[in-house]
Amino acid sequence: MLGDQISTDQNATDRPWLNSDAEPLIRIRGVTKKFGEFVAVNNVDLDIHQGELFCLLGGSGCGKTTLLRMLAGFEVPTSGQILIDGNDMSDVPPYERPTNMMFQNYALFPHMSVEKNIAFGLQQDKLPKDEIEDRIHAILKLVELQDYKKRKPQQLSGGQRQRVALARALVKEPKLLLLDEPLGALDKKLREQTQFELANIQDQVGITFVVVTHDQEEAMTLSTRIAVMDKGEFIQIGSPTEIYEFPENRFVADFIGSANILEGQIVEDSADHVRVLTDIGELNIEHSLPVQKGAQVWVALRPEKIHLSAEAPSEPQPNRSKGIVEDIGYLGNSSIYKIRLESGRIIDVTAPNQIRPKSRSHGITWEDTVYLTWDPSSVMLLNK
Amino acid sequence: MSMETLPKQSGLIPDGIVSRMLRQLQSGWRSIVIAVPFVWLFLFFLAPFFIVAKISLAELAISSPPFSKMIEWTDGTIMTIRVVFDNFAYIFDDPLYARTYINSLKISIISTFFCLLIGYPMAYGIVRSGPVAKRLLLFSIILPFWTSFLLRVYAWMGLLADQGTINGLLISLGIIDEPIRMLYTEFAVYIGIVYTYLPFMILPLYANMEKLDATLNEAAADLGSGPINTFFKITLPLTMPGIIAGSLLVFIPATGEYVIPDLLGGGNVQMIGRLLYNEFARNIDWPVACAVAIVLLMLLVLPMAIYQHYQGKASEGVTGE
Repeated sequence: MLGDQISTDQNATDRPWLNSDAEPLIRIRGVTKKFGEFVAVNNVDLDIHQGELFCLLGGSGCGKTTLLRMLAGFEVPTSGQILIDGNDMSDVPPYERPTNMMFQNYALFPHMSVEKNIAFGLQQDKLPKDEIEDRIHAILKLVELQDYKKRKPQQLSGGQRQRVALARALVKEPKLLLLDEPLGALDKKLREQTQFELANIQDQVGITFVVVTHDQEEAMTLSTRIAVMDKGEFIQIGSPTEIYEFPENRFVADFIGSANILEGQIVEDSADHVRVLTDIGELNIEHSLPVQKGAQVWVALRPEKIHLSAEAPSEPQPNRSKGIVEDIGYLGNSSIYKIRLESGRIIDVTAPNQIRPKSRSHGITWEDTVYLTWDPSSVMLLNK
Repeated sequence: MSMETLPKQSGLIPDGIVSRMLRQLQSGWRSIVIAVPFVWLFLFFLAPFFIVAKISLAELAISSPPFSKMIEWTDGTIMTIRVVFDNFAYIFDDPLYARTYINSLKISIISTFFCLLIGYPMAYGIVRSGPVAKRLLLFSIILPFWTSFLLRVYAWMGLLADQGTINGLLISLGIIDEPIRMLYTEFAVYIGIVYTYLPFMILPLYANMEKLDATLNEAAADLGSGPINTFFKITLPLTMPGIIAGSLLVFIPATGEYVIPDLLGGGNVQMIGRLLYNEFARNIDWPVACAVAIVLLMLLVLPMAIYQHYQGKASEGVTGE
């Protein structure tokens, strides 16, 4: 539904979830997990296809890790069913599942060298010695740790440990690789670099990845699809662009990136647009949802989609507003402006600092009167 | 910006003196803190050891104390030093001593093994139980220390005696007609030692297992290892420091145990502790008794040295997170 809004010419192999004939690798059917009275995962359904890099994104306690642990077999669903490659996993213990997991704390065996850590999984499969050695060699090359195979885990840096953990899980060539906050323990610079490495490795090996993360940037850069979770349920599932540009509700709009969320009332509903009355004025929205006149709705406007100008726009247009600069957050590459409108409402606007200022004084500064304009297509109409 | 430099400059001189004085005081305190246990160990461990070693090199004499002097002065000018190795020769000659040493080692090794066999799953269970149960279980491990050790051994005598609680119960249930002889056998000594030293096995194992990362077991399972393989490949090697610490804490005192073989074994179980007591108190042969003690010490120093070696290696490797 939302997929065809952004493009229809995408290659179907890139987006296997759009192909209704394809048999998904993982089928999650009505899975619920309760810990005592607490419902960690509440009756969820999900299909994940071969070759996807699927992200479970949500805050702490949203049930994302529990779902991942159910896929690995460390937790047993209270009700519902999980199928991997068509096989019911209900009675399959973790050590017999075609899955491998990269743990959040890496869980490397401290008494074994890098080499032995990686060999451990292969030895369980009773592979011949030569093949084990070949595979270790290949995987160490992939993660660029050839020179470290005799080291113990505690003699490695955080980034190196992360790669050993990845290698140990990957070397068994599972049908499904589960990653619990794979980059969580790395510092920012290393994390940004590793994000792309991880996506590249996934592309090379072609194994399906399911990643749990609370970091939306990580989810956006890594995934083919993201499931936004809250209170044990999926709030929205879609590609990063869908999740960001077409959030279905306030939770997603607010959770992914930042958004100015406004309450409004539909005053006009026509074929290609609606007019919504909000406390920043009347908005003209190119809409996608069926709505009724007079209904209470929510709209969201991303800060970077608002244009800021010191001069009043020459031609009158509906999507505009006026305010005073209350605060400026200078980030270097961009700035965040907090604009107080006449109604007293504060609107966030981000603007890239594309032109290096000639002097130290900025074009727009505190207490300036500024005009806000935006494209009618930028306003997002939300369900609830 | 100027605020930063100002207090630094004005405080330079007094700060220097104060910190130097503090540093001197600190280093003084440091040597005192180190000196106190060192002096303690010297006075109450090393010095008695040297006295015992000295007596073991003396001869039995009818005097008080009952051994010959090591250093004697003739005419007040000529010093004679007498060192006699007869006592050690005697111990090695008489098969009674060798037999008793071997029996002591046998009993303490088997007891240590049983303590490990019982204590390991117990420690594991305690670590894996909930926070309230954990505290309760740990408390019940420590609880026996609140009553006298001697009293608890006497209690076992009451339990194991021919007319004791266990035999009484079995007879009244009709399982046996005649009492089973348990007291004054080796079996009773094993029971006593395992019972008494079990907490010394459980506590170091608990401390070791508590630090163990539970996700390692999950990681092993995830990589295709079944529970038994995971135990032998992951859990057992990582709990080895606890096993060694617990085993030594049981093995060393159990080897020299006197009260348990005396009370529960009667005259039937010969252990080195009883022999030592007999030499010392009955035969009043202090030099031989001291030689017996020295040989025992040598026997026990060996496993200690192995333990130290292992610990050193472990702290370099596994535990250095």
